[in-house]
Amino acid sequence: MTGTMTAMTNTGDRLKLGAKDYASRLLIGTGKYPTAALAREALAASGAEIVTVAVRRVNLDRNAEDSIWAQVDLAKYTLLPNTAGCSTQEEAIRTAMLAREVGMGELVKIEVIADAKTLYPDNQATLEAAKILIAEGFTVLPYITDDLVVCKKLADIGCAAVMPLGAPIGSGLGIRNPVSIRLIVEAMVEYGVPVIVDAGVGTASDAARAMELGCDAVLMNTAIAGAKDPVMMAHAMRLAVDAGRLASRAGRMPMKLYATASSPLEGLIG
Amino acid sequence: MRLTVNGEAKEIAGATPDAAVTVATLVAVLGLAATRVAVEVNRKIVRRANWPEVALAEGDAVEIVHFVGGG
Repeated sequence: MTGTMTAMTNTGDRLKLGAKDYASRLLIGTGKYPTAALAREALAASGAEIVTVAVRRVNLDRNAEDSIWAQVDLAKYTLLPNTAGCSTQEEAIRTAMLAREVGMGELVKIEVIADAKTLYPDNQATLEAAKILIAEGFTVLPYITDDLVVCKKLADIGCAAVMPLGAPIGSGLGIRNPVSIRLIVEAMVEYGVPVIVDAGVGTASDAARAMELGCDAVLMNTAIAGAKDPVMMAHAMRLAVDAGRLASRAGRMPMKLYATASSPLEGLIG
Repeated sequence: MRLTVNGEAKEIAGATPDAAVTVATLVAVLGLAATRVAVEVNRKIVRRANWPEVALAEGDAVEIVHFVGGG
């Protein structure tokens, strides 16, 4: 272990998003938890510093019981409001503006959904919304398909990160196209723009794989909220993200087709 | 005064018959935590600081949103 890195403090290098930086490289969604208590515990076990939230109408009949504020001590976290449910750039911009007014923060995850079955994003509308929100002073994190050219365009206009999907939202299929993710990572290194895999992670090895591919962080919701034991899975994801990050930085050994003995061949007993 | 709040018709009264119904009045009457919601009137955001000054008019469409769990 190097001097700059100690156990229990993630990986010793920090994730920079906009003007701030973070020790944790795991971003967590707050949806779909069976109970508020489980959400609280899972968030704590994940070590996440950034949590996503959605913007919705208050329920006028139930006196805001469904508010995330009642479930989780959000003061502990950096909030990343999303524009989930929006299918046009206008809706996404309106939602982002409202989110800023609720949360008093500049971070926003732009999500413009173009297909109901796959929840694949509309990259073009996302790009247009990003331009306007960046001009409005937002720190924009766009959710997009694993498209290198779109990522370059988003980096060009000043997005704080790009967030390609690993697989469809909530599918748990893992990183379906590691080659695309790797190409995006290599291109974004030149821009100095972080890559966050958002959506598709199903289990710890998927998160580790994303990090081993050189991604800067992973954002997930269902992989934790939908596990049999969300708190244990949150812990597993924390370890997996750290392990993958360390492995990526350490640089893996080359693969070889045939065996190479690990023990000396001299001095064998006769 | 008749308003549409989050798509529902609502009858909201001021403190006195002559008093204006402001955004601040509406949020208070609905029992909402002011620090946790954002308000749009006729699709324009009203900043929290301006709630006490912005008077609502008959038929205004108001949206009041907050954060919920999401990914």
